[in-house]
Amino acid sequence: MEVHCHRISSGRACGPALVSREPISFLGTVDPDTGKVVDPKHQLFGKKVGGKVLIFPGGKGSTVGSYVIYQLKKRGFAPAAMINVKSEPIVAVGAIISGIPLVDGVSAEILDLEDGTLVTVDADGERVMIDD
Amino acid sequence: MHLSREEEEAYQGEKGESLRRAMEILVALGDIYGADRLIPVRSVQVAGVSFKTIGEAGLEWISDLQGKVLVPSVLNPAGMDLSRWREMKIDENFAKKQIEIVDAYKSLGISPDCTCTPYQIRPDSARKGDHLAWSESSAVSFANSVIGAKTNREGGPSALAAALVGKTPRYGYHLDENRVPTIKISVEADLEPSDFGLLGYITGREVGEGVPRFCLRRRPKVDELKALGAAMAASGSVALYYFDEDAPPLQKGAEEKSVTAEDLRAVREENAPDDEVDIVAVGCPHTSPKELEEIARLLDGKSVEREFWICTARGIAERCPKLVEKIEGSGAKVFCDTCMVVSPASDQYKKMMVNSGKALAYVPGLCKIKAAYGSTEECVRAATGRD
Repeated sequence: MEVHCHRISSGRACGPALVSREPISFLGTVDPDTGKVVDPKHQLFGKKVGGKVLIFPGGKGSTVGSYVIYQLKKRGFAPAAMINVKSEPIVAVGAIISGIPLVDGVSAEILDLEDGTLVTVDADGERVMIDD
Repeated sequence: MHLSREEEEAYQGEKGESLRRAMEILVALGDIYGADRLIPVRSVQVAGVSFKTIGEAGLEWISDLQGKVLVPSVLNPAGMDLSRWREMKIDENFAKKQIEIVDAYKSLGISPDCTCTPYQIRPDSARKGDHLAWSESSAVSFANSVIGAKTNREGGPSALAAALVGKTPRYGYHLDENRVPTIKISVEADLEPSDFGLLGYITGREVGEGVPRFCLRRRPKVDELKALGAAMAASGSVALYYFDEDAPPLQKGAEEKSVTAEDLRAVREENAPDDEVDIVAVGCPHTSPKELEEIARLLDGKSVEREFWICTARGIAERCPKLVEKIEGSGAKVFCDTCMVVSPASDQYKKMMVNSGKALAYVPGLCKIKAAYGSTEECVRAATGRD
């Protein structure tokens, strides 16, 4: 299945989906040294974002979250790509400075996708390909 | 968002990787906030300077960037006085990283002036009607409200992107429709200079991110406006405020609130200093030459018994060498490039007395120490141990 989307940060990447129905505040929620979700109150608690296509409604919280995304990328624990229903500045800026493909403008139905589904994000072509 | 041909080329990477990413940041923010195009800015103030905030990753990102800024740009306060950090008891590793950060910004053509008051050292960097991309919340408030310039509150990367491109997306406070006062604040009190920080502290909590329009009994002085705006941007996120005399009409159905002398007294009493105070710090936002003059006068013939910091911009200290010498003759320290809120040096104390509503709002959370409030005169009295 192919879905149209809106490019925020350019690039193309493929990986297994990791879906959060809750927004993510990278500062405090994701450990920059491991890519593990360390906030026990978060839906993704205990999961690792590294190499995944991270799908979530959007970001929230401190603007330092942008640098956390950059740190994840530098240490090799960043998501391969990210998909938002609606991006906000913290995740958008974090993805751009880190060179991680990020798109938004997809329907909220994408949050029903099963974890592990293979997803390809083509930000420049403004499309998301989902393995059936 | 509409891009000119030249902007489109930069966005597609035809002018190098740094400019491509800078454009990508501006376009992403423009799309998120519904901007129609980019507009030129007169100056930029870049956040993301203290090593305490941005860490190793931030330093690497700035160091990786290429190119030169296109408009005059300065920095937010750093985590230490860039030359006297040892006196602040900053450790060697932090100092090394902090200096690397400032050097990395310098190599992009940014002036290493680390201050929350760029308007005090470079009055021509913001004039009425100018569009800016400034970062520090009190500077943003001052630019919008006192100078009549137009700026959103930028994050570190978006300000840096604006500096490299010389433009910012047109949304938020750049548009007159978002500059309409949303709440009326009647102040039923005769205000002393030290009341303005408290008034801001109270109003910010009430207003959140609204645009207050004040009805006051007298016209405030510039340093009082600086204190008022800074406090409102800290206890709330007010980026623009007005006074009745020169405000546009209130938004339809705007709320009305009042602040009384009793409200001010209550906050003052709640935050009164006690014996636990082991440091006194003024200069949040950075002191003006006038404030340095007042502090020098109050310290005349006295010596300090407690640690006493006066935080200012290097450009101000260099302009007033005699005042600095006089102040330091008492044992007080005039630190530049930094402040009590952003420096990790504050963490080594127990309770800090300040004359700033902004510092009162931030010190407990960011430095994890207690805070007390008093006028500049009371601060000097506390530092010199004379009642």
